[in-house]
Amino acid sequence: MDILITGLLLGGTYALIAMGLNLQYGVARIMNLANGEMLVAGAFAAFWIFTAGQVSPLLSLVVVAPLAFAGNWLIYRFVMLPLVRRSRSQGQLEVDSILATFGLSFILVGIMLASFGGDYFTYSYLAVPFDIFGNTYALNRVVAFAVAVAIGVLLCLWLGFSRSGLAVRAVAVDPRSAGLVGIDVVKVSAFAFALGGAVTAVGGALISTFLTMDASIGGLFTMKALIIVIMGGVGDVRGAIIAAMVLGLAETAIASLIDPGLTLAAAYLLFILVLLFRPQGLFGRRAS
Amino acid sequence: MTGRELRNITLSAIVLALAALLPFLGNGYVLSIGITIAMFTVLATSWALFSGPTHYISLATAAFYGLGTYVVAAGIDHLPYWLLLILALVAGAVAAALIGLATLRLSGVYFVIFTLGLAEMIRQIVSWAQNNWGGHRGLYVLTDITEEILYWELLAAATAVYLLGWWIGRSRLGFALRIIGNDEVVAAHSGIDTARAKVMLFIVPGMVASLVGALLAPRWTYIEPAIAFSAMLSFQVVIMALLGGASRLWGPLLGVIPFTLLWEAISIYFPNQTMLLLGIVFLLIVFAIPRGIAGRAEDLLRAVRPRGN
Repeated sequence: MDILITGLLLGGTYALIAMGLNLQYGVARIMNLANGEMLVAGAFAAFWIFTAGQVSPLLSLVVVAPLAFAGNWLIYRFVMLPLVRRSRSQGQLEVDSILATFGLSFILVGIMLASFGGDYFTYSYLAVPFDIFGNTYALNRVVAFAVAVAIGVLLCLWLGFSRSGLAVRAVAVDPRSAGLVGIDVVKVSAFAFALGGAVTAVGGALISTFLTMDASIGGLFTMKALIIVIMGGVGDVRGAIIAAMVLGLAETAIASLIDPGLTLAAAYLLFILVLLFRPQGLFGRRAS
Repeated sequence: MTGRELRNITLSAIVLALAALLPFLGNGYVLSIGITIAMFTVLATSWALFSGPTHYISLATAAFYGLGTYVVAAGIDHLPYWLLLILALVAGAVAAALIGLATLRLSGVYFVIFTLGLAEMIRQIVSWAQNNWGGHRGLYVLTDITEEILYWELLAAATAVYLLGWWIGRSRLGFALRIIGNDEVVAAHSGIDTARAKVMLFIVPGMVASLVGALLAPRWTYIEPAIAFSAMLSFQVVIMALLGGASRLWGPLLGVIPFTLLWEAISIYFPNQTMLLLGIVFLLIVFAIPRGIAGRAEDLLRAVRPRGN
């Protein structure tokens, strides 16, 4: 029971991060391997605002999200778009974007190391016990979960029921056809990439309330987000949410039953199973 | 053998002989940089043998390297060193075959992601196993192998990799891989078993990286998981091979030498900025020299020399 709830609480935050990556890969077609660094940047911002001004991390989201949105929009416009324009095939774009985002991730780590140093950073926010079904959990985890769910639901509603959300889904299905029906594909892709980055940074700010982080931990989160997106099926929001819960549960189970140092191994185990048996994602259909 | 090939082989032999004289300079610092260059030449060249024609970016180098290191560290008290080297080769080949079978049937992105976290995952498992059953974290590798011998061993490995690459380039497998790299659908339609060809070739960098890890184990003396499975190694190899140019056998060498020297200088003067350097060079490769220094050099040569020569 303890494992179940802790796992689900963790999975909620993972789902938000994976949603960010899904927007970037599913819609803008950029496999963003600097995703985890964006998360750490969001966490750093929340940490810095909290320690400097005693502002609640939840309140700091108001600043973190627009900043991350603007930063990611600039990255798409000036780094990714030239690659999209020059690539002749999807394969070429994939290789180019993988290398370019690796470059970005190292640059981000370098900048964060230079400005904050290599130390672990953590702060105490809402570290009070909270009661669920007779067991106690840290309130910050519960709050992070609730905020992640709220943002996730808002995103889903927007994607599913608004005109601009429909345009985003159209680009996700087929960029060329979307262009034919009068959708500005470049604009929508840039928007989706920026929004994905903002969502990821918000996820980072939430995670920083209950996890200890350092400048070079981003790669680990990139890995987890990628595994969730692949497990859920690229572009499949519902699949990503379930996959995130599965990963949160598996990690918590391994961490509390065997060893906390084996969380990545848990993620890999799931990854290998998915690759071997359902490479198209949990709910995906096999491509003909 | 044509005159051109004979000339190339003679030139290579002269370069190799000159390189082998390096330890006689008697300068320890120069020799240690020589070892680093020789090591990355072996790793980057074998990496490019697979990733050059197929365009699959492999980040598994550190995992194989660590595997080889651990084969030596675990067995040094029980078995002779030469046998451990063979065991490391076998272990690398088996691991590469398994990873290849699981991931190479799918698209390139899955492969990159899988190899991205591989070294870190194996590090976690090895640390965990050592904590629970080994009793202590590290292992000692005490041999009488000097830096000079290590350097010559690496040169020999480099020669073997070049010969292997030359042979693969002429073989049916190499031909099949060039077709796969150009268009995988065409390759499949002309009767090439694409998955099998890719797995076969992926075994080469796996074996070589494992061997290099085994060769370098005596240099560390004390082996622990964080040293053996450092993910940075994979990125360095990728960046050097791409900087030099992965489509030519001699391409990676052109990336290894300048990058190693630059890395060395940056680590001395700005020890915290190596990450930034890696990032900038990655972007430079993508935007300015997508075919590497070798590609640029060939363009220049073609411009200087008139056509038909």
